[in-house]
Amino acid sequence: MSKHDLLIIGAGLAGLRAAVEGVRQGLNVAVITKVHPVRSHSNAAQGGINAALTDRGDDWRDHAFSTIKGSDYLADQDAVEVMCREAGDAIIELENMGVIFSRDDEGKLGTRAFGGQKKARTYFVGAITGSALLHVLYEQSVKYNLHIYEEWFVTKLIKEDGRIAGAIAFDIKTGQMEMISAKAVVLATGGAGRVFEPSTNALICTGDGLSLAMQAGVPLMDTEMIQYHPTTLAGNGILLSEAARGDGAYLINSEGERFMEKYAPEYMELASRDVVSRAEQTEIDEGRGVDGCVFLDLRHLGKKFIEDRLGYLQEVALEFRGIDLSEKPIPIKPGMHYIMGGIKTDLNGATNVPGLYAAGECANVSVHGANRLGANSLLDTIVFGRRSAIESVEYIKSVKDVEIDPKELSREKSRIQSILDRPKGMRSAELRDKMGSTMTKGIGVWRDTESIKYAIEGMKSIRGQLPNVYVENKGKVFNTDLTSYLELEFMVDVAESICQGANARFESRGAHFRTDVTTRNDKDWLKHTIVEYNGEELNTSSEDVTITDWEPTERVY
Amino acid sequence: MEALIKVKRYNPEESEETYFQDYSINVAEDSTILDSLIKIREEQDGTLSLRCSCRASICGSCSMRVNGSAKLVCKTRVKEISPDGEFITIEPMGNFKVIKDLVTEMDSFWSKMKSVDPYVKTSFEPEAEHIASNESMTHLLGVMNCIMCGACVSECTAMEVDPTFTGPAALAKAYRFVADPRDEEANSRLGKLNENTGVWDCTRCLACVEVCPKDVAPMERIVKMRDLAIEEGYTNTSGYRHTESFNDSIKKHGRLDETRLALESTGLLNISGLIDLAKIGIKSLMRGKLPPILPHRPKDMKKVTSIAERLDNQGKEEE
Ligand SMILES: Cc1cc2nc3c(=O)[nH]c(=O)nc-3n(C[C@H](O)[C@H](O)[C@H](O)COP(=O)(O)OP(=O)(O)OC[C@H]3O[C@@H](n4cnc5c(N)ncnc54)[C@H](O)[C@@H]3O)c2cc1C
Repeated sequence: MSKHDLLIIGAGLAGLRAAVEGVRQGLNVAVITKVHPVRSHSNAAQGGINAALTDRGDDWRDHAFSTIKGSDYLADQDAVEVMCREAGDAIIELENMGVIFSRDDEGKLGTRAFGGQKKARTYFVGAITGSALLHVLYEQSVKYNLHIYEEWFVTKLIKEDGRIAGAIAFDIKTGQMEMISAKAVVLATGGAGRVFEPSTNALICTGDGLSLAMQAGVPLMDTEMIQYHPTTLAGNGILLSEAARGDGAYLINSEGERFMEKYAPEYMELASRDVVSRAEQTEIDEGRGVDGCVFLDLRHLGKKFIEDRLGYLQEVALEFRGIDLSEKPIPIKPGMHYIMGGIKTDLNGATNVPGLYAAGECANVSVHGANRLGANSLLDTIVFGRRSAIESVEYIKSVKDVEIDPKELSREKSRIQSILDRPKGMRSAELRDKMGSTMTKGIGVWRDTESIKYAIEGMKSIRGQLPNVYVENKGKVFNTDLTSYLELEFMVDVAESICQGANARFESRGAHFRTDVTTRNDKDWLKHTIVEYNGEELNTSSEDVTITDWEPTERVY
Repeated sequence: MEALIKVKRYNPEESEETYFQDYSINVAEDSTILDSLIKIREEQDGTLSLRCSCRASICGSCSMRVNGSAKLVCKTRVKEISPDGEFITIEPMGNFKVIKDLVTEMDSFWSKMKSVDPYVKTSFEPEAEHIASNESMTHLLGVMNCIMCGACVSECTAMEVDPTFTGPAALAKAYRFVADPRDEEANSRLGKLNENTGVWDCTRCLACVEVCPKDVAPMERIVKMRDLAIEEGYTNTSGYRHTESFNDSIKKHGRLDETRLALESTGLLNISGLIDLAKIGIKSLMRGKLPPILPHRPKDMKKVTSIAERLDNQGKEEE
């Protein structure tokens, strides 16, 4: 059994940022990740990262207000304040670490505009911001000689005496399963996009951390808040970043009309994502789309501009659709992109289980509320990744080593073995596809009581069929058939909690738009939904939103 | 549409032997090879192992050999490789050990990456950002585009004969720091890169430039670092002597004086190197492969001289 002070599960931006901080704080840190760190899904972020830098006349309070308005007033305002106040230092620190941010004419950091905000405060690296950040944090992990369990898959969190004690994981390359003990654990496992089909998310975004936390008795919050991004490719769901619209691209319908005029006359294409996605879906539903899509038009920006600032978008358009963005509008539609909800934490990433923290997309602090502003997620990972590691220091000092019952490991080993021993049955992909299409249909851009019920029933049936799934590959070495199945188990947990959240919230707010109750109801629902697993079933409840300076008002763009 | 795919299989738990397995799978018209492999894994053969994640050519997981040359299979369409439904052969990347099927052991790749000290070194802690021109940052975007997929290493012909060569990916990474205006150690980096296994071991075969799915052009970065190393005065290398001797020989003879090139590259004071060279010389002689003592003269030596002069002047102007 290996022992560490701090075990970080996940090596995306949140995990690596936490790890670097842990080392700086003098802790014995280890990171565990199911893919090599640079393969983590943070690399897919294209557009940029928000911050209000005071030395160029910006105000973090403006950023905070845009974030809160974007969240449709569901974000906890104290959390938003923390994030927006720390954003400036976070960006400067990333630059100092070596991120090659784009510059202005004076050689200082340059910005681009992003949705839901009047001021351009998105810092970026071409159209590969996430990748550029992730690679630099990986560089830092080399500099600090970080201990990384690469390609290890976590299957379970271990608690002793009510507090966190470590995790059980296996080495994907050898199948060797081990107990890794730690005084504190940070979950930084990223998003859960694959619960839906299609999604902009990578195949590894299977919500493992949400399920691990839930199984350990940690509540999830606002799980119904699923962001549909306005510009994804039909079919495979691959994203074309908001950076395109931030840099001036138009949205047009089949009649060539810039339809956002009707929905958000002031912000136009740069209204909040939920607003733009609904506008697009309305155009499509009312017959002004083509094959279920409207169009993103960059022609007026010119080839050089596109290639210099949006190179990766051009690559995606050419590779996956054979379209040169400088010559032709590209068909796009709203697609599942991000989960605002997640593991409930306080302002320092702490959960209700002592020693267990969460940061990044798997966590809900909550800074995104009912709708996340573009380029706020990368910021979230950096700010709260760091904070969770700092927060763990005192805790780690205050607790003694825990004794873990060795039976925990043998029990988990036999659980996995029993999965491998199942007789021939159905393949996990079949069930996963069913889950994905059911969730997309039931918990889509629009939802209502009926559709949510459809999703709940669908998940019940899928849960029932899980034991019939069999793993064809019985080997120990790089058994992706087994990991796919384990991911499916995680995803079913997450899907059910999403359905429960959606069912509970009887109003329309941000991304949760119910066609049977189309208005926001602050009187009854200025509240977070809470979904908790009590060992047998999911319980739902609610909790007040923290309001500081910004009283909820009607949201117009 | 029917995709016919031949996959090189290997499972160390069963046997040390590799073998090819044929699959035929129905996929949509615009499917990528990755789509097809995933479909095979999910519908036909759960024992097939491969790495993949983002599906959008940014995570770098799915580099493998397609008909003999490394590609990211997520951005390679079936139609493009097999317009008339021919069999497509998929193998793991070259120059890597194989763990299972299409999954390669990347440890050597990462340790080489680490060997170039891949992080910005600066003693200066500015209060705000470093001031740098946008051009300098955009220039680095070219190498920052590297997703560390390993395709260049897979096809590197120098690495094939000398696995200790630092290789195109790690050297491209090194360039990112050598050329970063914020890094204060460019000189010592170049010194280290100038040693054995570094920039001079590249044979300039262009394979890395050709296969890189992100246009990082590793070889061009390597060549640039050679120039920079020379500018910084790092000239005591066989690589540098080789370029000089090459240049002299062309100017003097209009052709390559291979004997002299070998001697001068090794270094006329490098006794042990010269002894090694003599052994090669004797072997070549015995097989009738020894180059002529003096190269043949080309018919139009004047032309060669004028080209050489023009190049020299051009070089001077650029400086
Ligand atoms: C296409 C796309 C574009 C985006 N663009 C932007 C943008 O421009 N700006 C912005 O702010 N946000 C953007 N986002 C959102 C943002 O990229 C993500 O929310 C953020 O990067 C998530 O980071 P993370 O560190 O939380 O998780 P990730 O980077 O997803 O990392 C998760 C880590 O957890 C590990 N892990 C998961 N499960 C296990 C397990 N069971 N065992 C071991 N390890 C495990 C994984 O290996 C991985 O290392 C975008 C998202 C997508 C999908």
